[in-house]
Amino acid sequence: MDRTTIDLWVGIFVALGVAALLGLAMKVGNLTSSKIGDTYAVTAAFENIGGLKPNAPVKSAGVVVGRVADIKFDSKAYEAVVTIKIDERYNFPKDTFANIYTAGLLGEQYVGLEAGGDDAVLKNGDKITQTQDAVVLEKMISQFLYNKASETKSEDGAGKTAAKEDAKADSGSAKSTELGDPPF
Amino acid sequence: MFNSIFTTITRFLSNLGRRMIERMWRLGAGARLFFLTLVYSGESFRRFHLTLREVYFTGVMSLLIIIVSAFFVGMVLALQGYNTLQKYGSSEAIGVLVALSLVRELGPVVTALLFAGRAGTAITAEIGLMKATEQLSAMEMMAVNPIARVIAPRFWAGVIAMPILAALFSMVGVLGGYLVAVPLIGVDDGAFWSQMQANVDFRDDVVNGVIKSLAFGVVCTMIALFEGFDAPPTAEGVSHATTRTVVISSLSVLGLDFVLTSFMLVV
Repeated sequence: MDRTTIDLWVGIFVALGVAALLGLAMKVGNLTSSKIGDTYAVTAAFENIGGLKPNAPVKSAGVVVGRVADIKFDSKAYEAVVTIKIDERYNFPKDTFANIYTAGLLGEQYVGLEAGGDDAVLKNGDKITQTQDAVVLEKMISQFLYNKASETKSEDGAGKTAAKEDAKADSGSAKSTELGDPPF
Repeated sequence: MFNSIFTTITRFLSNLGRRMIERMWRLGAGARLFFLTLVYSGESFRRFHLTLREVYFTGVMSLLIIIVSAFFVGMVLALQGYNTLQKYGSSEAIGVLVALSLVRELGPVVTALLFAGRAGTAITAEIGLMKATEQLSAMEMMAVNPIARVIAPRFWAGVIAMPILAALFSMVGVLGGYLVAVPLIGVDDGAFWSQMQANVDFRDDVVNGVIKSLAFGVVCTMIALFEGFDAPPTAEGVSHATTRTVVISSLSVLGLDFVLTSFMLVV
């Protein structure tokens, strides 16, 4: 085999490899937009963070504005202290509300920020005081069952017939379960 | 009666001991060859065309098998993934499934297995025959170091070719998955890519895949080289060495894959 032909083929081979790696980085891994520049860190205390993990996105109005940097347990207050890093380009009022949401029904959990009305903005090291815990599915279901049980007990006969009528009305369109209509 | 049991046990134990010593000897000889290769690899960079020639034979000639199998692996992953994901109503996650499994796992591992079968056997057979026909001894007689002239260029060619092949495998696999998921099944085009981009991390997934394939490149090529270099200079010896190359390479790749993955998880 001629040496120049070999050089050419190896050149093509290496170029293909570099192109594939670039493709993986840009098209698959999305290296370009996942980077956050300079950030400032704020903390927020939650009673229950559910399945929140470090590096989870912090979103406001659905846009990723930062990442969860660190999660610690405060052994005095028995709370989870979540440190989040927010992109410097975005300022949030002091009375911003931090919630833990779930993407989809079984998706990953993220921190959602809802801006308040305060003029002062959050700075590095500040603490978000207004927080809402993660929704734990088991808790929600047990609460719902408990409510349903007490409802049927108090109304008894009337409640049952009403439920049956509801079921009849629903049976055409949606399946009605024993639990009744879903809460959402 | 007692005597015969005693001799059976002794024979069994000495057999075990001999096999163990032989394995350890081969492991040591392999490590020695590895270090000699590193020491004498200056020439394969000074005369880089020697290495390029081997990149041609191990890398370029493996392109066809790598690309075709990557394409089919990607397509099958998309089909199988869709089959399960649609039960949970999240068929858009098919892009994530295909990309993550290819980049993190299947790309490096399947490439290494195919590489061991396609290029590793060729290396072993070539060097084993070189040894059987006393070409290596002839080189030594001419004051040419066979490790610097024959072994090292092949080693570096394998180390260069493997990550490139693995990256190609992953990329072509993703394209194959795309072809099945979007035009054939009808998953939304935008969701396929955006979900993939949201969940594949460059540092955690892509770079770790490249690190894996580099390690596999070193291991596969070195095993193939050592088996060839160590083969008894007979037709039977070369054929056994070629078989061992495939078996040992595959087992090492799969074992090393577990070790590397667990190390990468801890970080």
